[in-house]
Amino acid sequence: MTEHRTPLARVRGLGSAKTGTGHFWHQRLTAVANVPLTITFVLIVFALLGRNHAAAQQILATPPVAIVMLLFIGSITYHMRIGMQVIIEDYVHDEIPKLVLIMLNTFFAVAVALASAYAIFKLSFGV
Amino acid sequence: MAGSKAPTRPLSPHMQIYRWPLPMAMSILHRITGGGLYVGTLLMAWWLIATASGPNAYATFGAFINSWIGQLILFGYTWALLHHMLGGIRHLIWDTGRGFSQSEREWLSLATVVGSIGLTVLLWVISYLSIGGTQ
Repeated sequence: MTEHRTPLARVRGLGSAKTGTGHFWHQRLTAVANVPLTITFVLIVFALLGRNHAAAQQILATPPVAIVMLLFIGSITYHMRIGMQVIIEDYVHDEIPKLVLIMLNTFFAVAVALASAYAIFKLSFGV
Repeated sequence: MAGSKAPTRPLSPHMQIYRWPLPMAMSILHRITGGGLYVGTLLMAWWLIATASGPNAYATFGAFINSWIGQLILFGYTWALLHHMLGGIRHLIWDTGRGFSQSEREWLSLATVVGSIGLTVLLWVISYLSIGGTQ
């Protein structure tokens, strides 16, 4: 049988695949995490409805609430980054605009995540 | 290549040709709600930053979210969140290889849209009853 693989591929011994499912897997992983986190998030928002600033501040700074919010923020922003990347790859076919949008997508997801997490930390640790 | 005539080979019909089956409509809605939630995270970030910034910023956010446009956006966000969550659960069921028969596909898709609208209305009714709709 003829060997079609390059020497490097043969040395690595991984065949054609072994990577490339990471995207799919992380999408599912965060999807599963998002279900309980979203339900808890809705409950937290419900507990905050109609509260004044002091009460809202106090509730969001409670350790279980703050921890769930941080997990929620991390999981949804990671999930939405993957999801939007798929949308971009589906509809934008020109290489440069596609790369630019994929970059902006990551910047947006990271910025939202960091800004939201920063707010939770500030509420929790004061100043 | 002489004379460029329209290709005679069969072309795949596009979306608008079909009567939309429910699972197809739900698939499209899943992507649309996902896109909506993507933008909607800005609202969550604003809410959290406003709360962390102090009473004035919190009041500004409150004034926006309690305005009719704010309530409309929040209502849409609630529905998109629940619809995307229920649709996601349906996709996770399909990932296990289950629920692919004709009747199962139909009722899972119907459950997504009926469930999301029902839950959204229920949540909003409860919230309005419990706080009277305003601050």
